[in-house]
Amino acid sequence: MASKKTNENEVTPENSNSRRDFIKKSGLFTALALTPSTLVVASENKWDEKIAEYLETVPLSIEVNGKKHNLNIEPRTTLLDLLREQLQLTGTKKGCDHGQCGACTVHVNGTRILSCLSLATMQQNAQVTTIEGLSKGKKLHPMQEAFIKNDGFQCGYCTPGQIMSGIACIKEGHANSREEIKEYMSGNICRCGAYHNIVDAITEVKEGGKEL
Amino acid sequence: MKNFQIIKALSSSSAVASITKDTSVMFIAGGTNLVDLMKKNVVAPDKLIDINALDLKKIEFLNGKVSIGALAKNSQVAEDQSIKEKLPLLALALAAGASQQIRHMATVGGNMLQRTRCPYFYNTDMPCNKRVPKSGCGAIGGTNRMAAVFGTSDSCIAVHPSDMCVALAALDATVLVEGPKGKRQINFTDFHRLPGNTPEKDNTLEIRELITSIEIPDNNFTKNVHYLKVRDRSSYAFALVSVAVALELKNNVISNAKLAMGGVAHKPWRLTETEDFLKGKTASEDIFKQAGKLGMKGARGYGDNDFKLTLGANAITEALTIAASK
Repeated sequence: MASKKTNENEVTPENSNSRRDFIKKSGLFTALALTPSTLVVASENKWDEKIAEYLETVPLSIEVNGKKHNLNIEPRTTLLDLLREQLQLTGTKKGCDHGQCGACTVHVNGTRILSCLSLATMQQNAQVTTIEGLSKGKKLHPMQEAFIKNDGFQCGYCTPGQIMSGIACIKEGHANSREEIKEYMSGNICRCGAYHNIVDAITEVKEGGKEL
Repeated sequence: MKNFQIIKALSSSSAVASITKDTSVMFIAGGTNLVDLMKKNVVAPDKLIDINALDLKKIEFLNGKVSIGALAKNSQVAEDQSIKEKLPLLALALAAGASQQIRHMATVGGNMLQRTRCPYFYNTDMPCNKRVPKSGCGAIGGTNRMAAVFGTSDSCIAVHPSDMCVALAALDATVLVEGPKGKRQINFTDFHRLPGNTPEKDNTLEIRELITSIEIPDNNFTKNVHYLKVRDRSSYAFALVSVAVALELKNNVISNAKLAMGGVAHKPWRLTETEDFLKGKTASEDIFKQAGKLGMKGARGYGDNDFKLTLGANAITEALTIAASK
């Protein structure tokens, strides 16, 4: 039986500690640390670093692709780094990390945003959808199918962002012409230059009229 | 990025009270510029005050004016049906800025407070009087293709990067702010400032003041308006030069005109002399060409950006021509 993978940073209801509980315990550490032998053990286990890390984190409740997570994160963690580094959802790509390429586009509460410029702590109780959350079992999302059919990529690095943006582009009502699609997809750069086929894919999904 | 503390403000008065006198505590709204600046270590606050819970998101059509909350998203304003009908110039300028993802995040107040994209400001290895006062200006004598041609000083030739602000400058907007001394109003054209000897100050907002809303007086600029943005690619790039034009035409005679430019100065550049020239004239190719030349009078290039003098004049002429033909 496969063991349930748990994240080091994840606080599950069973092992959740309130900050107050922690401080009580850390007070105990300090008392114990007065004994030299304990000090050595503390140093070996890097308790001081762990304590510092814990005190610099903030709690975050967030739902990603339908799954709720209760986490403790550093305030400087971007939503992109949270997804990739802590939740192991590496489908969302880090391109420029400065809001210039769109590879990190995800949906937050149904709206497309750049996860690299979004602080995760400011997405408290948000519902996030990433490229991993689009398919239903083995059935791909219509936009994923259209990208494959229309050859809407070459290297594929920008593709998760393009697909998330393309779905939003239609939902927002900005896919009424090739020109409009180009304008409202301009935040997603494709270095391979698959733009023509990306517009084809979005046009096909729009004209297919399926609910997205 | 340096780690920091973050707290959520539940009222504008508590938000204002949380700010200290230095830059170690900052407000954060959409964060699209601030987070980027923090990643580049251009700013490194110890504490952020998240103001997103404040009730400042509404767009209201009041008696004689439109009020837009400082936390209204750029896309929310750009796509508001009533804004498109009553203030089409503002909707056009907003839609020309950034990308849809960024417009969904960025707020009206944050758009006004975004910093210049001058490469010397962004690169902490380079001198920049705006980032580090008295460290020198790398752009003067350096790479300055994007730099200003109006209102520059020996300290700074950076431009303000906003499109939205160019339209608001043309439309005589007012900025409403709240601070420790209470509330006050600032004319939009007085909000951003010229660099002078203190380029570190982008605007006339005082320490601890928070933008709460902007107001735009009702006008008749619902038809003959245009926002022309000239840039290195056709979308998702900052302006080399942009022109906001609002005209009132009666039998092809210009009864009222408002013009402002982006990408040419440290602030949205209002062209009042050109507006006065246009009033009472019959719209024609010749008049619009004269207006273009007049609009760029007094402009000065710094080498790489010399092209802006000709481009600016042509852009004014083109924007007027398009606006008049609508």
